[in-house]
Amino acid sequence: MMPLLAATAAYGLPSYLLVASLLFAIGFFGVLFRKNTLVIYMSLELMLLASTLALVAFSKFNGTLDGNVFVFFVLTIAAAEVAVGLAIIVALFRQRHTVQVEELNHLKH
Amino acid sequence: MADTLFLTFSVLTVACALLVVVNKNAVNAAMFLLVTILGMAGLFVLLEAGLLAVILTFVYGGAVVALLLFIIMLLDTTPGTFKPFHKMTVAASLLSLALMGVGITTLFKRGVLPHAPQHVPVPTMQDYAAQLFTTYLLPVQVVGFMLLIAMLGVIVLSKRFDKSEGAS
Repeated sequence: MMPLLAATAAYGLPSYLLVASLLFAIGFFGVLFRKNTLVIYMSLELMLLASTLALVAFSKFNGTLDGNVFVFFVLTIAAAEVAVGLAIIVALFRQRHTVQVEELNHLKH
Repeated sequence: MADTLFLTFSVLTVACALLVVVNKNAVNAAMFLLVTILGMAGLFVLLEAGLLAVILTFVYGGAVVALLLFIIMLLDTTPGTFKPFHKMTVAASLLSLALMGVGITTLFKRGVLPHAPQHVPVPTMQDYAAQLFTTYLLPVQVVGFMLLIAMLGVIVLSKRFDKSEGAS
């Protein structure tokens, strides 16, 4: 199998890291500024995706496979996390009838 | 060609990620998350990780987004609002934004990062399998166990336990 692209593309490792850090920042702002638990969850997924992009980029530009293998594990754990987290959200909704984080403050008072 | 593709996919990914965060409607946010994932899969292909791109599309684009959409439709359809801005949160965000800017500029100006090595063969399925079943055998088993525990946890969390059932 031939390499898909020439190795001397203008956009190297810093560009990929820039995209990854932007994605991570966007996810972080989503977690900080949203009220809906489900959207906060999606922002968490964005942050995970950003980290996987950085892993794959490092793996490619170092000529190793370890980062790519780590992405496997990250994806698996993320899938498990989504399943458990959504089950928790559904259980919470049954109790409190809301998914807005501001109304889920019964541990505070 | 590769540069155009990189620009297209990265702009698509970042723009749709921004739309996920600022969208008031949760269903639209999930749809934009799907597009973000597809753009990310494109970036993976550019990084010669085609297998990971396929897995990402299946697991995230298929399973996770579908699950999120199910739950959104099950629970809540009212458009959300944003949190009121606390002073502390704004200060922390600005500080971290500035730090990130410094990090990125340093990365571009001073970063000594490896260039893509020449003549490295594109990793095949066989390479992944060899790694997963030799070096990473223990993590694979731990992850499998973890999935089992997650499955059990979801069953316990989503099952309704009656009082009489618990007493018996």
